Amino acid sequence: MRSVISVYVENKYGVLARVAGLFMRRGFNIDSLTVSETEDSRYSRITITMNGDENSREQLINQLTKLQNVRSVKLLGGDSTVEREIMLIKVRNTPENRSEIMAATEIYRAKIIDYTTDAMCVEVTGEPTKIKAFIEVMKPLGIVEMCRTGVVALDRGANVLEK
Amino acid sequence: MIMTGAKIAIEALIAEGVTDVFGYPGGQVLNIYDALYDAGDRLRHILTAHEQGAAHAADGYARVTGKVGVVIATSGPGATNLVTGIATAMLDSVPMVAITGNVPTYLIGRDGFQEVDITGVTMPITKHNYFVTDVKDLADTVREAFRIAKSGRPGPVLIDIPKDVQEAEYDYTPAAPLPPVRYPVADESLMRDAAELINTSVRPYVYIGGGAAREGLGGEILALAEKIDGYVGSSLMGLSLIPSSEGRFLGMQGMHGRYASSRAAKEADVIIAVGVRFSDRTTGDIKNYSKNAKIIQLDGDIAEINKNVPVDVGIVGDITAALLKITELCEEKKHHKWKKKIEAYREQGRAIGAEMEKNAGETLTPKKIFDVINSLKNDNTPLVTDVGQHQMWTAQYARFEKPRRLATSGGLGTMGYGMGAAIGAYIAEGERPVLITGDGSFGMNLNELATAVSYRVPMVIVVMNNGVLGMVRQWQTLFYDKRYSSTVLDRKTDFVKVAEAFGAKGERVDTADGFRDAFERALACDGPYVIDTVIGMDEFVLPMLPPGGKMEDIITEDVISSEESEKEGSE
Repeated sequence: MRSVISVYVENKYGVLARVAGLFMRRGFNIDSLTVSETEDSRYSRITITMNGDENSREQLINQLTKLQNVRSVKLLGGDSTVEREIMLIKVRNTPENRSEIMAATEIYRAKIIDYTTDAMCVEVTGEPTKIKAFIEVMKPLGIVEMCRTGVVALDRGANVLEK
Repeated sequence: MIMTGAKIAIEALIAEGVTDVFGYPGGQVLNIYDALYDAGDRLRHILTAHEQGAAHAADGYARVTGKVGVVIATSGPGATNLVTGIATAMLDSVPMVAITGNVPTYLIGRDGFQEVDITGVTMPITKHNYFVTDVKDLADTVREAFRIAKSGRPGPVLIDIPKDVQEAEYDYTPAAPLPPVRYPVADESLMRDAAELINTSVRPYVYIGGGAAREGLGGEILALAEKIDGYVGSSLMGLSLIPSSEGRFLGMQGMHGRYASSRAAKEADVIIAVGVRFSDRTTGDIKNYSKNAKIIQLDGDIAEINKNVPVDVGIVGDITAALLKITELCEEKKHHKWKKKIEAYREQGRAIGAEMEKNAGETLTPKKIFDVINSLKNDNTPLVTDVGQHQMWTAQYARFEKPRRLATSGGLGTMGYGMGAAIGAYIAEGERPVLITGDGSFGMNLNELATAVSYRVPMVIVVMNNGVLGMVRQWQTLFYDKRYSSTVLDRKTDFVKVAEAFGAKGERVDTADGFRDAFERALACDGPYVIDTVIGMDEFVLPMLPPGGKMEDIITEDVISSEESEKEGSE
């Protein structure tokens, strides 16, 4: 089961190490982790996506709650959440590939942000499922390298994390 | 008042009510020790032989009093020597503040002499830690550290102070300690759910651990047990909360628990768990742990609920309030069948013990040693142990009448814990401690005899000397086909001469009468007294539930001797 967890933390020395250390120590497997500043410079927001059963998700949330620098932890996901991720993907630019890459880019509402005679770099933004689908399309064309930001997510509407 | 960071640290400690600190000086804490020099009349410093001993001393100090134990060490090796002591405190939720010096901030990260990233090292074994880079933050950091150490589920907090921060000056304004944060009271509907389960049960069992002991809930737990006509068992950490003389108390349960207590846990139809974490040492095979029982778990720490054992009702929050409310909501009951069953288990347990003693004849056994200790110690005597067979024998045989009279490393299982912890316990209250140790554990940190002599700590050190690493050897006997890999010590250490060399007293005994006489002499001595007590290397801690095993797999002396004869028969 995939879960998205949002963690509101104090923007202090070592906080990321504490959070990451907790995952390692307790044996949690996480898929992605992003850290960013928030509307308030004293705090940062960490967004974690993980795969695991309900029990390990509950443990992860409870253990995170215990860290001194963690203000609040919220389980996001489902219809009430908006999720986005950015991927930069570099694909081989050959006469045979070119039109297909450009067509896919158009259909996925992605952007070509770099173009040379031997490679194209495409920026794709969207939900992780969309990113995954785009990768599948590019695979046969020859992916040179790629990089993903990991998921950022917010609750829809006026709901906010407890601070 | 303008003062140096070092002075601010000391003043902030004193403001927290600290009267004793344990530690060891070094290059990067020179300023703090210089500040201690002036504060000697308000803050006593106990110099140990090794930083590990200082950390365990702070731990022992905290366990017997409930106050925060404080330890100071220098950077690099001084700080890393604290690590075992800090982890020991973490696993048993002992409130502790460790202060370390570090190289000046402008040298941080350059791998200079005695630099180590101790905040990085201790991150997973502290409740929280700090690296102070600005003297302005120092006083607040100390206050916050004490608040965290004491709040909710207590634990160790480390403050790393670089030397230039100790030297820098800032305005210090004294302030009262921050009040520890208590867990909020859980929703009453959960207490109702719990009471409902208890009211429909016929075999209730209350299982208590360190969380209950720390809150001093002995009276409250007995009141509940009395009302619902249940029995009480404990984990290692829950010992000494309920008086041993109390009829409803069955003692420790689990791998080396008392027979009746483990059986009761197995047979119960409802288990009310108070401040326990269901460690593998108590549950055995987790899938089969009391699978017929409904489990109600009371704990302050939300992450403990459902961590190891799935529970039917999890009550997170103030356990005292929850316990009182549940007791109020429960109906008064009498369970005659349950009582009869428990009495039968007790009888079986006693028979197993009597059989073991009969087979032992005149040999000095752990049981005989504890008969003497129990009869000669008083109710206030702190019992301190190391780790191994002697620790489990203490858990099985030692009698306690008052709370906080046992200091033992339960979670981490730290051999070498006892010497420091016993010194700390004495410094805290001036009550003569009895350290039960083994020749293996004692060998780890016997250097602290030097400390005990310097501070005239009148401790009795009972070394249960069997010439082997008994607990590991017991496992090798039972599960590794008697392949005694590195457990036969074959040392020629003369513990009596060791004691004398340190300026302490000591003697060697090998009979029950000899032990009694020696113990009496030790109680009359005004310094540390080592009793090198010879026992057999084949003394086992029994009964034993094998790791991951079920109650049906319990090992008693019968099982061992029948296996022996089977083997002999087949050969």
